[in-house]
Amino acid sequence: MANSQLKQPEKKCTVRLAREADISQVIAIDAENTGLSKDEYWKDLYERYNRRPSDADEDAPLKSVNRYRFFLVACDGDSVLGFIIGEVRAWEFGSPPCGWVFAIGVHNHLRQGGVGNTLFDALCDRFRKAGVYKVRTMLARDHTLIMSFFRSQGMMAGPFIELEKEL
Amino acid sequence: MKLQKATRCALFAILELAAGQDRQLSANEIAEKYGISTNHLAKVLRSLGRVGLVEAVRGAGGGYRFSGNRRRTTLLDIIQLFETIDPIRNGEREDGDNTSEGKALCQVLMEIEDTARATFASITLDTMIKMVERGR
Repeated sequence: MANSQLKQPEKKCTVRLAREADISQVIAIDAENTGLSKDEYWKDLYERYNRRPSDADEDAPLKSVNRYRFFLVACDGDSVLGFIIGEVRAWEFGSPPCGWVFAIGVHNHLRQGGVGNTLFDALCDRFRKAGVYKVRTMLARDHTLIMSFFRSQGMMAGPFIELEKEL
Repeated sequence: MKLQKATRCALFAILELAAGQDRQLSANEIAEKYGISTNHLAKVLRSLGRVGLVEAVRGAGGGYRFSGNRRRTTLLDIIQLFETIDPIRNGEREDGDNTSEGKALCQVLMEIEDTARATFASITLDTMIKMVERGR
């Protein structure tokens, strides 16, 4: 259980909206993290989140619902180091407007280098600009590594409980 | 939910020692802060030493030092050295468990156990220390 205190040096990166040319690298990071390559899923997400021309300018005023969706990448030059996806949703399950994080991924060899923190902070900044002050996510109970990451950001169990049944 | 005395001692000691780089404290200092028995704490520290989470520093001004990784060690790693937080999931059975009512009750209790396990397994010492600092 015990191991060294070694921590990756902080990896410098810039965060911006994902572009079409980034998607193959996003697919590769996700495949590395999950063991599954889901090309269509990621291409479809890109189409739905960042494809509209209005998304090209990050500082454009929030005009459409699309501006409340963010597919971000952390880059070092042309290399994508990680990605995060989130969107503002309102009144689902009776919840007031709130930012949801749907996916986050960072290259395995860059873990503990601060890329995930940078991505999470960048998404939260955009959520604040979109007018929400709460961020939420949902995780599999046994995915403790990713749950540890969100906990390290100060996230705690919220007031909702997910229920399901076999059909 | 209530944790056993040894578990609480271990968590307090680890949180205290891991709070600073190369922090070194005696069992007495830790015991005094939390109002626990030094003898009991010494036993707990020996258990933590056996799994490499703390190391004893000999000599004048000696004491104990955290020797694990605070970003990777979770509350569950420490708790399960001293107790089982999910006895039903681990096969412990009680009278009446074989009845339909007992099985339904086990199902509900297992849901609670699974949530508790996931919570403890996802909170690292680093996160816990940040929570402590925020509460100051």
